[in-house]
Amino acid sequence: MSLIDAPMTPLNEVRKSPSRLRSLLSFLRKHPQAAIGFVILMFFVFVAIFGPYFAPYGEREQVGPIFGTPSSAHPLGLDDGGIDMLSLLIYGARVTLIVGFAGAVVAMVVGGAIGIISGYFGGKTDNALMRTTDYFLVLPDLVLMIVVASIWGRSLRNIIIIIGLIYWTFMARLIRSQVKVVRERAYVKRAQALGATHTRIIFKHVIPQIAPLLLAQTVLMVALAIFLETAISFLGLGDPSVTSWGKMIETAFSRSAISYGAWWAIAPPGIAVALVIMAFNMVGTAAEDSLNPRLKVSHLSRRHFRLRPLPDKEAPK
Amino acid sequence: MTVLAIEDLHVWFELPDGKELHAVQGIDLSLERGERLGLVGESGCGKTTAILAMMGLLPPTASAAGRILLDGEDILAGGDNTMRAHRWTDIAMVFQGAMNAFDPVKTIGSQIREPMQAAGLAKGKAARARTGELLELVGIAAERQDRYPHEFSGGMRQRAAIAMALACEPKVLLADEPTTALDVMVQAQILELLIRLTDELGLAMIMVTHDLPLVSQVCQRAAVMYAGRISEIGTTSELYHHPQHPYTRMLFRATPDLLAERDVISIPGSPPRLDQEIIGCPFRPRCDAAIDTCAIAYPPTRTAEPGHLSACFVEESA
Repeated sequence: MSLIDAPMTPLNEVRKSPSRLRSLLSFLRKHPQAAIGFVILMFFVFVAIFGPYFAPYGEREQVGPIFGTPSSAHPLGLDDGGIDMLSLLIYGARVTLIVGFAGAVVAMVVGGAIGIISGYFGGKTDNALMRTTDYFLVLPDLVLMIVVASIWGRSLRNIIIIIGLIYWTFMARLIRSQVKVVRERAYVKRAQALGATHTRIIFKHVIPQIAPLLLAQTVLMVALAIFLETAISFLGLGDPSVTSWGKMIETAFSRSAISYGAWWAIAPPGIAVALVIMAFNMVGTAAEDSLNPRLKVSHLSRRHFRLRPLPDKEAPK
Repeated sequence: MTVLAIEDLHVWFELPDGKELHAVQGIDLSLERGERLGLVGESGCGKTTAILAMMGLLPPTASAAGRILLDGEDILAGGDNTMRAHRWTDIAMVFQGAMNAFDPVKTIGSQIREPMQAAGLAKGKAARARTGELLELVGIAAERQDRYPHEFSGGMRQRAAIAMALACEPKVLLADEPTTALDVMVQAQILELLIRLTDELGLAMIMVTHDLPLVSQVCQRAAVMYAGRISEIGTTSELYHHPQHPYTRMLFRATPDLLAERDVISIPGSPPRLDQEIIGCPFRPRCDAAIDTCAIAYPPTRTAEPGHLSACFVEESA
């Protein structure tokens, strides 16, 4: 039949989907707050990685008087041991960010795994895991921190474990509810009907669906983890052998920087912590918004379609 | 008496990449009291967009132009403000898949009463009584109004959705594929109901569907849409017996016919994308009767019989 041989319409080429880098760029362009957060983050990550190569002085090097005032040689002044504050701030970035990321990753892995298992299998498994989660959820954070730090000792590793221990519950609950939704989708039922194992379904169908949510939440959790690390260090439960921003605040505080009037020993690490947390929140919320457009409830908003004048009647071309 | 007249209606959608999609490219329609008009065409031809525009329910990314005259008054002129005053009270709609659109935690009755109360037509006992009447009208016992959607069968839910559309005694009913996803028996009941309602209440109806036999069964007139325009409009029997546009002819030949002994054909290709300007007749690449002129301009509208219009350069002799 000649009709079948008629040429396909040339107007139907498939639109190329944009590359990942390109979609990241367009995401940043559409969410200016995410772009600002991203730039701040990149700056601190750069400092954390390469800081020790360009820090003006050593981490333990006494270069001037105790609580020396800011000067051109020491823009942020000196701390209680006469160590350059700017150098300390640069060294501290690495520890603070490592603890933040590691703590958030621990929370994501533990919470994510428990959430997925709990949501996917449901029933008794779900009940047992969720009651455990509830138990951890009601433990007071500060008390848990103090107990763990004093029993296991004050080390970086233990701080990371404490952070994971406190935050995995949030992740588990969030992921569980999302997995419950995905589990009921038709393609999961179809995979089950075709005889796919639980492992295959979880890795092939469930995790890809919840991965964006997991990622966005992890970014938000890094901010929480950094905050918690600062709090732990401020309470004097941090690792005594390394410099973190929290520990800088703590030392300055306990060595009565305030009564010396040495604001430069407390303000810079505090501002740095605030900036990093703000940056993570900016990126995280923007990512969450774009991954879950329902949060914006645009269909309930008061925006409506627009009117425009009629196009000119085209003369026959 | 003309109830609804559409004049040169255009709808554009903003695309995420900044381009624009011209979904409806100037359609003209008019609808008499008690008339049933079928709107047919392939997926993506702008049928649903056109009737959503008539309801003023386009999303915020859309913009519209043209005139929608309800009893002679242009209700599109003021955008959402003027549409709102007539939505559901004058123009109501049975949405695509309406039977699945009921809120599962509210009774059917309370959901039918909602538009009445919102429009201030009836409340309290009066609203309950009216809900009962509406349900009876679509063949559901009045007492069932306190039941929940899951207690209804699919066909009953679809009929309840029609009752909901009739809640404010509209003049025009827009039905977007009212019978898809229903089995043939239920489909026949729904169609009978729609025919009865338009005959008895003088309701004018536009029915969007892919199903050509259904249109010829239900509607007096039909409009065939292609690439956002009406390629042919006329009475259903005219369209069936003397199609003027090759697209109409091929659509009918693509439908199995019990009586005619001929092969069922398929129309090769698919409708064009509407995010770029199309020069010439949009159906040309798929048409079996295309001539050179077709590549140059959109065909002018030609009148075959009074009320039977088509947009094609080639004279059809069917």
